[in-house]
Amino acid sequence: MAEVVSMADIEATAQRHGIDLSSVDLDSIQLPPGEDFGIKSDDDEDIHEEDSLEFEAGFGNIIVVDNLPVVPPEKFEKLEGVIRKIYSQTGVIREGGLSMPMNPDTQKTLGYCFIEYNTPQEAELAREKTNGYKLDKSHIFAVNLFDDFEKYMKVPEEWTHAEINPYTPGENLQQWLTDEKARDQFVIRAATFTEVFWNDPRQLMPDLVYRRQYWTESFVQWSPLGTYLATVHRQGAAVWGGATTFNRLMRVAHPQVLIDFSPGEKYLVTYSSHEPSNPHDTHRVVLNIFDVRTGKVMRDFKGNADEFAAGGSGGVSGVSWPIFRWGGGREDKYFARIGKNVISVYETETFTLIDKKSLKVENVMDFSWSPTDPIVALFVPELGGGNQPARVSLVQLPGKEELRQKNLFSVSDCKMCWQSNGEYLAVKVDRYTKTKKSTYTGFELFRIKERDIPIEVLELENKNDKIVAFAWEPKGHRFAVIHGDGPRPDISFYSMRTAHNTGRVSKITTLKAKQANALYWSPGGHFIVLAGLKGFNGQLEFYNVDELETMATGEHFMATDIEWDPTGRYVATSVTSVHEMENGFHIWSFNGKLLYRIPKDHFYQFLWRPRPPSFLSAEKEEEIAKNLKKYSKKYEAEDQDMSLQLSEQDRKKRKMLQEEWDAWVSKWKQLHEEERELRLQLRDGEASDEEEEYEAKEVEVEEVLEVQEEVVAFDLDQE
Amino acid sequence: MRPILMKGHERPLTFLKYNREGDLLFSCAKDHTPTVWFADNGERLGTYRGHNGAVWCCDVSRDSTRLITGSADQTVKLWDVQTGVQLYSFNFDSPARAVDFSVGDKFAVITTDPFMGLPSTIQVKRIVRDPSQQTGESVLTIKGPQGRINRAVWGPLNKTIISAGEDAVIRIWDSETGQLLKESDKETGHQKTVTSLLKSADGSHFLTGSLDKSAKLWDSRTLTLIKTYVTERPVNACAISPLLDHVVLGGGQDASHVTTTDRRAGKFEAKFFHKILQEEIGGVKGHFGPINALAFNPDGRSFSSGGEDGYVRLHHFDPDYFNIKM
Repeated sequence: MAEVVSMADIEATAQRHGIDLSSVDLDSIQLPPGEDFGIKSDDDEDIHEEDSLEFEAGFGNIIVVDNLPVVPPEKFEKLEGVIRKIYSQTGVIREGGLSMPMNPDTQKTLGYCFIEYNTPQEAELAREKTNGYKLDKSHIFAVNLFDDFEKYMKVPEEWTHAEINPYTPGENLQQWLTDEKARDQFVIRAATFTEVFWNDPRQLMPDLVYRRQYWTESFVQWSPLGTYLATVHRQGAAVWGGATTFNRLMRVAHPQVLIDFSPGEKYLVTYSSHEPSNPHDTHRVVLNIFDVRTGKVMRDFKGNADEFAAGGSGGVSGVSWPIFRWGGGREDKYFARIGKNVISVYETETFTLIDKKSLKVENVMDFSWSPTDPIVALFVPELGGGNQPARVSLVQLPGKEELRQKNLFSVSDCKMCWQSNGEYLAVKVDRYTKTKKSTYTGFELFRIKERDIPIEVLELENKNDKIVAFAWEPKGHRFAVIHGDGPRPDISFYSMRTAHNTGRVSKITTLKAKQANALYWSPGGHFIVLAGLKGFNGQLEFYNVDELETMATGEHFMATDIEWDPTGRYVATSVTSVHEMENGFHIWSFNGKLLYRIPKDHFYQFLWRPRPPSFLSAEKEEEIAKNLKKYSKKYEAEDQDMSLQLSEQDRKKRKMLQEEWDAWVSKWKQLHEEERELRLQLRDGEASDEEEEYEAKEVEVEEVLEVQEEVVAFDLDQE
Repeated sequence: MRPILMKGHERPLTFLKYNREGDLLFSCAKDHTPTVWFADNGERLGTYRGHNGAVWCCDVSRDSTRLITGSADQTVKLWDVQTGVQLYSFNFDSPARAVDFSVGDKFAVITTDPFMGLPSTIQVKRIVRDPSQQTGESVLTIKGPQGRINRAVWGPLNKTIISAGEDAVIRIWDSETGQLLKESDKETGHQKTVTSLLKSADGSHFLTGSLDKSAKLWDSRTLTLIKTYVTERPVNACAISPLLDHVVLGGGQDASHVTTTDRRAGKFEAKFFHKILQEEIGGVKGHFGPINALAFNPDGRSFSSGGEDGYVRLHHFDPDYFNIKM
């Protein structure tokens, strides 16, 4: 409870601040939304909620069980016993909480009963578990919450046409893509503010689009194509979008959520786990899949947390998010989750399992979708102490046929990594050495698009090198690997097809002794940022993989995150609040020129707004790349105009500032002049400040330090 | 510009002050002895012995005869500059934080810290020419602001007192009645503790430095915000060049965090900003702890900085400095 402030205190405070209380219009004082300064007000929802919990009168804890057998009085007790047995399993029935009404004429039961539990949660659970319970062939229970009854009673007998709302054109949600200067947006979270900016590299500063305080309580997230921004709150999540301002398009009430968009952003998966009401129960987990445009729940999954723990091993507590992984590219056709010995694949037309059953794979550890095709790669570890080899296999859906399989021996771990076009799959395999004391790493490279899916094995020159990072070139055929131990690892680039060696993987180059531990390819390929985060204090190297040359090196001290903009023109490096100091972000051009720096305290998040894929055909893109000079002319001219304009603006601004300042100074001078007499008086007539001309007087001060008398013996005979 | 390193204090510096002629530099530190130096060559002239706690602030009279020092030993002392003799000691019930002579040196404004349940105060004492006539009673006492008042200075013609401190609000008081006249705006003002406040040479405007990593320039009469200078570090000290349109900000991360990060992370630089354009011009490195005190020589040709590291660095500007074009 907030501390109580007496009126006398308030008055005293007001007086101290020189405020006349009677002149203060209390109603005109507005607190910032969401901020209550720790004082609960009557109309706050929390208080209401707390109150309602204490009500005993609610019917939320009562269920109605229908379709019971109709029995005469002599069998009444037996039936009651059966019902009590069934319904005691899900909760504690209140004393006298089971009531089965009788028809006073026939003395027979009416075929239904009421059961009152202690809590609405128990009632809800009972409804969930026993609705459709088969007592025998002709008696299938129909269980409803008492509170829902009214709702069902109101269903009109006759079906009427649903009223169709007239179509109102919504806002253009893709407005941001039509920006004249083809700029990109990003969202940042710092302190209590969430802000969306244009990245305006020509002006060398961000341009604010929208800002809002307390927009989210935990984090924000763009949808994969950038249409929506999702904010996450304690009570649920909200989806925002629109032309110029961000309007709320949908709200999902789902407490304590995690969220995940499908790649085509048609669906939104939310996850929440409920604290168990009874400590013996495990955590209950609810997953909802919403249609983003309508806000309708397409399917919900409920269960206890263990069922949703990834890996199916059961030993891991908690879940690895996302639980559902979306496959089949941007069409959002399939989603899958891993369970114990199964992978359950659902399709979005009906939101049910494909073929009504899961894919059975003994001991499956991990799986991963191809980013473009409905192909799943899955990994099964070694079994039976090495008698049964580990296995990586590719499964095509919806047919569930195995496209390719590879057995692997003495494997300790596998990581799967798809190239963004789904052309290649790299499997990083950690194998035990003969002594089983240590492991070494190799790669299995699958060429998905070629006939029979050939597999190649790649081992590093020095087999014992540790792999620090691995990354495919987006849309390309190259990949980069950071390998080696110690503080300065090497970075190697490989290609799946060089000009003279199309069918084989070959090494392009190795960069020796780099201060890097992370790889960030440009989304367009060709360029890569070799970054030394964490221990390396934010060393950055911008590398051109086509020319095999370093374009620039830089440093963003303590940088924690690096993100390319979706077009591959700019790079954002940021220091988030994991560090206390240096919070903020820098924007670099793709070739490593630092464009601008924005320091922000309590900086949490930096996210570029993604863009949907380009509509240009591959041929057109090639044509543009070929005739780049022709196209770039226009933009160069624009750039030049802009920089001229900027310098003009800059000059004007400086002039204005100078004039403004001069005005201040002249005003001050005048006031100073006016006050001269008064100042003189204050100083007892001593000339004041600058108008005085003081002369240097040399004053000689002679000080007698010590006088000592001494008799000096003088020898007269000396001469 | 080769700085002169003045090592005379054993503890972090707290305040630096030049006399009006710019030939003497007074330094205060957390050790108990304010010190006076030749501002030209950094030679130590003498010390003022008598305080029994950290000395937070000092001011020197216009004729460079009197020095006033405020200390955590709950006294403010008046000294004879030349002889180092203590002339008078004002006793308080809590540590004294800031001192400032009025125009004409007939009054001094003193702030005291909140201490043992006592609130912070701003007090005005009459300063008498003849130290034997000096009394300790206050002409005016102002109470009200929450938390420490880090600085209080006289406004134009001694008509007002300008104060700022932990509550981040800058206030202008009537120096006769003690009435609050103006308060800085919450939105445009500082967000965190104001650590320093310095008047321009003619007193028409003043500069405040704050832990919110900015410094702001205000009109002394109207309390209008004129300029804001944003830096990357909490500002502990600031100074205005009397010669060029420059301001200097000093600071650095909190001393308690110094050891947790790289030396470069501290940014213990004195940063120069263009006063009008609010753009950073450059920085002067050297301290290996946060800068706590800054002062410009009244001739604008040198400045000194005092750090948590216990050093005073005296910098005479190179000729290049006077040709900086913006």
